Amino acid sequence: MSAHLLRRISRNHRALSKIPQRWSSSISQRPGSDRVRFPGAVNSKFTTDMAFVNPSTMDNIPTYRVMDSDGVLLDKNRKPSGVSNEEILTWYKNMLTVSVMDVIMFEAQRQGRLSFYMVSAGEEGISVGSAAALTPDDVVFAQYRETGVFQQRGFTLKDFMSQLFANCHDSGRGRNMPVHYGSNYPRMHTISSPLATQIPQASGAAYALKLEALQNPDTPPRIVTCYFGEGAASEGDFHAGLNIAATRSCPVVFICRNNGYAISTPTLEQYRGDGIASRGVGYGIETIRVDGNDIFAVYEAMREARRIALSDGGKPVLIEAMSYRVSHHSTSDDSFAYRARVEVEDWKRRDNPIIRLRKWLESEGLWDEDKERNMREQLRKEVLKEFGEAEREKKPPLREAFEGVYEELTEEAQEQMKELKRILETYPEEYDLREFKDGINGL
Amino acid sequence: MASLRLPRLIRPSGRRLYSAAASPSSRLNLPIDYKSTPLLHHTSSTIAESLGLPGSSTSKSMNLYQAINSALRTALTKSEKVMLFGEDVAFGGVFRCSMDLQTEFGSERVFNTPLTEQGIVGFAIGAAAQGMKPVAEIQFADYVFPAFDQIVNEAAKFRYREGATGVNVGGMVVRMPCGAVGHGALYHSQSPESLFAHIPGVQVVVPRSPSQAKGLLLASIFEHNNPVIFMEPKCLYRAAVEHVPSEYYTIPLSKAEILKPGKDVTLVSYGQPLYLCSAAIAAAEKALGVSVELIDLRTIYPWDRQTVLDSVKKTGRAIVVHESMVNYGVGAEVAATIQDQAFLRLEAPVKRVAGWSTHTGLQYEKFILPDVARIYDAIKQSVEY
Repeated sequence: MSAHLLRRISRNHRALSKIPQRWSSSISQRPGSDRVRFPGAVNSKFTTDMAFVNPSTMDNIPTYRVMDSDGVLLDKNRKPSGVSNEEILTWYKNMLTVSVMDVIMFEAQRQGRLSFYMVSAGEEGISVGSAAALTPDDVVFAQYRETGVFQQRGFTLKDFMSQLFANCHDSGRGRNMPVHYGSNYPRMHTISSPLATQIPQASGAAYALKLEALQNPDTPPRIVTCYFGEGAASEGDFHAGLNIAATRSCPVVFICRNNGYAISTPTLEQYRGDGIASRGVGYGIETIRVDGNDIFAVYEAMREARRIALSDGGKPVLIEAMSYRVSHHSTSDDSFAYRARVEVEDWKRRDNPIIRLRKWLESEGLWDEDKERNMREQLRKEVLKEFGEAEREKKPPLREAFEGVYEELTEEAQEQMKELKRILETYPEEYDLREFKDGINGL
Repeated sequence: MASLRLPRLIRPSGRRLYSAAASPSSRLNLPIDYKSTPLLHHTSSTIAESLGLPGSSTSKSMNLYQAINSALRTALTKSEKVMLFGEDVAFGGVFRCSMDLQTEFGSERVFNTPLTEQGIVGFAIGAAAQGMKPVAEIQFADYVFPAFDQIVNEAAKFRYREGATGVNVGGMVVRMPCGAVGHGALYHSQSPESLFAHIPGVQVVVPRSPSQAKGLLLASIFEHNNPVIFMEPKCLYRAAVEHVPSEYYTIPLSKAEILKPGKDVTLVSYGQPLYLCSAAIAAAEKALGVSVELIDLRTIYPWDRQTVLDSVKKTGRAIVVHESMVNYGVGAEVAATIQDQAFLRLEAPVKRVAGWSTHTGLQYEKFILPDVARIYDAIKQSVEY
């Protein structure tokens, strides 16, 4: 042990033995060893060959897929194990639901009937396929383009529409922008706009689950799943979240939706390494890249990632799911300002998670043109029905503007509510309260 | 070349090269004598009379870092949900606040994190959202800014945006040493409390003494279900020694404490400057024959407006004292509230004695931050207005 360490120990009157530390045995160099014993890299071989590691000469991480873009299984002898045809049909219906809802809501926003919307066209396979591998006890932190996760985990059309119209049934109590969904159980934390902030939070939540399992062995095994785009992975919070998950061995699966664009920024301007997957390795995290348009590949990777995350007392896993953002970034974006229409059309035609699974279902005799038409028509009707009801519903009472900031209303907030009420009563012609539940009495 | 002359230049000069040494002729700006200040419980007998402290308890004399350590030990013992982490927390912390806690409670609940403030606070938010009570440490308040986004946009807004799901991060506390220490210069001196006081959703607490720190920290962890920014004046870690009750006790947040009653001027402050205020009051009462009421805000936000307003309505004069920059500081909010709600009772403008609007350059600290002379002068100006 170095003199420096001995000094530290004696000064602090404490034993360091309980803390896992790489150098606790010995940091001295064994004579004749071919490996470096620096504390920061304990198993590094010496070399006399001065060669810089050049990422451009390395093979890119391969992309796992189970079926090709025609819906044909690459290994004919197997189908996605342990999954019934009924379940796969549910996935398909869930992807369709998201897709049908997206088209209607995008159009509704264009008509000015809701303030904002974000579709997930081209990425339904990632969200539905990964969520299908979770248990209801697992916890999800999402970014915003994961409508399929909410759909797969039991969010109803009424839940979606209440949130989108921010009406009195919205769990967010009319406080959040559209598509910022949330649910207590199955727990999907309410989405927040700041990118990547959910990544270190997911690590902390996973650590809490791990601690809970340690303290209470009867609790069911649970993991946290954290979704984000490849653009968000450039935020400092990505670095913080993955590194802290690795050092604290947190049972968390990070899923990056790499769809090629962050608003207008193509991946070439986002990073120069081998996507996001190559970074996982740098953090000491088990990592896989999957074909995000292949729902079987996504499902299988997620199921295995969940198993790994719960092994050895918990560890993080990174999945990079490759896809293409077929849609505009949001209703506030016209993506043809920065990419060619032909490129988008090509992706729509060539490869798409819904069409791919449909082809597989048809080849299995589980689906056909009639079923497709009926299902789409039925979904359209259901969406429009909930749309109409949600749109007509009252907004939450005005007091919700002030409540929930703290657990209890502060004396200052009560005073400000009283003052707002006085203003509303003094200038009734200036404010339209008809939309809000209980009108002025809602304050 | 200057370098050739260096050996001559670094000869011992016979005086300290840093820190705020008092002028030899000082009568006001004398070093604070923490052993005799009336703000600390030098014996256990005064504890019972003090607001918020348990009356019938055993107590032990300890300094501020020991009181924090005692509070953390009490918290970790009381609930398995409490966890403690941050940079260098495991070996006891750079200020000794977490001494021996990893040995006692295990490396699962008391541990080091990688060096990432945004990661530490994000991690705490996630753990709190799952029902834990994470106590995260930021090594210096000066380094909380990388975590500003996580605090402002996430922790503070979590309950509000979750709405009916009922999920919140009320269990989390972010501790950070703050304030000047004589030679901390730009990045070991800051007091960013007013930045956090501008954020609805977090509670901001600054204790002034060991017994207060323990009660406020335990209340922050267990009795207030909101995220709390807990700022510990680091120059008091070793300097402020007093009797601290051994048992579990809490001091409610958002409640100010009248430290000394008075009738002519109200002096409002918090944290370390309260000791400067106390010294200035002693000098002013003697020299000017005035009676000054001293109020410790304790919680910066949401703050106890009523106690301050009641006092100012009685005295008619108010002065607010804090280390951080005067403009947009806590004093601005307190002064504005007084102006708004006690206008007819005011007999003099509300004065703010605070750091000048500059950075804490190493050599200039004693000229930048409030001292006894400036507080004394403010009292004098206020009563003579």
